[in-house]
Amino acid sequence: MLNVLAETATGEMLEGLKAIGAGLGYGLAAIGPGIGIGTVVGNAISSMARQPESAGMVRTTMFLGIAFTEALALIGFVVFILLMP
Amino acid sequence: MNVLALDFPPITHLFEWPDILFGDTLYAVNKTVLIYLAAVVITAAIFLTAGRKKTSLVPVGVQHVAESGVNFIEESVVMETIGPEGKKYMPFLTTMFFFILFSNIFEVIPGIQFPANSRMAVPITLALIVWLIYNFVGIRSQGLGGYFKNSLFPPGVPKALYLIVTPIELVSTFVVRPFSLAIRLWANMVAGHLLLVTFAVLTAALWDATYVGAAAPFAMLVLMTGFEILVSVLQAFIFTILTAVYIGGSLHPAH
Repeated sequence: MLNVLAETATGEMLEGLKAIGAGLGYGLAAIGPGIGIGTVVGNAISSMARQPESAGMVRTTMFLGIAFTEALALIGFVVFILLMP
Repeated sequence: MNVLALDFPPITHLFEWPDILFGDTLYAVNKTVLIYLAAVVITAAIFLTAGRKKTSLVPVGVQHVAESGVNFIEESVVMETIGPEGKKYMPFLTTMFFFILFSNIFEVIPGIQFPANSRMAVPITLALIVWLIYNFVGIRSQGLGGYFKNSLFPPGVPKALYLIVTPIELVSTFVVRPFSLAIRLWANMVAGHLLLVTFAVLTAALWDATYVGAAAPFAMLVLMTGFEILVSVLQAFIFTILTAVYIGGSLHPAH
């Protein structure tokens, strides 16, 4: 099946498949980090609400967690740019 | 004119600016280089004027900016991640924070509107400098063997798991860290710039067609400009704090 696709996918069709792959790739890469950042920020907010005096420390750690999680989405974005013709 | 953002440049300029001076040589100058030079000059000017003046008890003007910047880096970056012994890295961290901040913030300054960090060269160079520094700090404070032992064989892990943990740690500490630092800064700036460009082009096109229809994308453009100010500051902060975390991890292996 894949062989047949590769044989017929020439020229414009290859470009189209590339664009579909790039779009789908970025969309899929954004799902996990989206859920992850939601978890990070949600838990940070609930811990800030429980202990407002530790808000500064929690905020710093929250930004760290966001930065690490977000890297995955950004790698998806980079792949998107690399795949675009 | 390739420097001022007075009209829409062609779409190819999104990824490559034409040279202005010394074209086709190693020292070619384009808009990105000019923005970086401006960022260097602004950072140097702020701290040189603030440092040279007689310090007054109540800081005003430039001195206030410099003092609150140093204070911010000390309290929310160094003390939170490294601790008191991290104070000797303060000059490096503060300079890097302000340099990244100024080269990012040109994204929203009217007439320039281009984040210099949306070109990969300088983010990857900064990340490699950070890589050299945290490895050097680790080797100097723990010794060559101790540093590699602590970073490749983290204590408190069952012996058999080292088969999995060591390769992961090797790749994540020595290969992925600098690239993820650079890509995080670069991709955030590219994405923000693309977002602003999209809404600006949409506003211009709808203004030509209907006048009224341009209102919605223009409102979005204003909102997104505000959001990009936040992102510029946040990315400079995150780059600095991750550097501090990496240096802190090299200084105290037990954490």
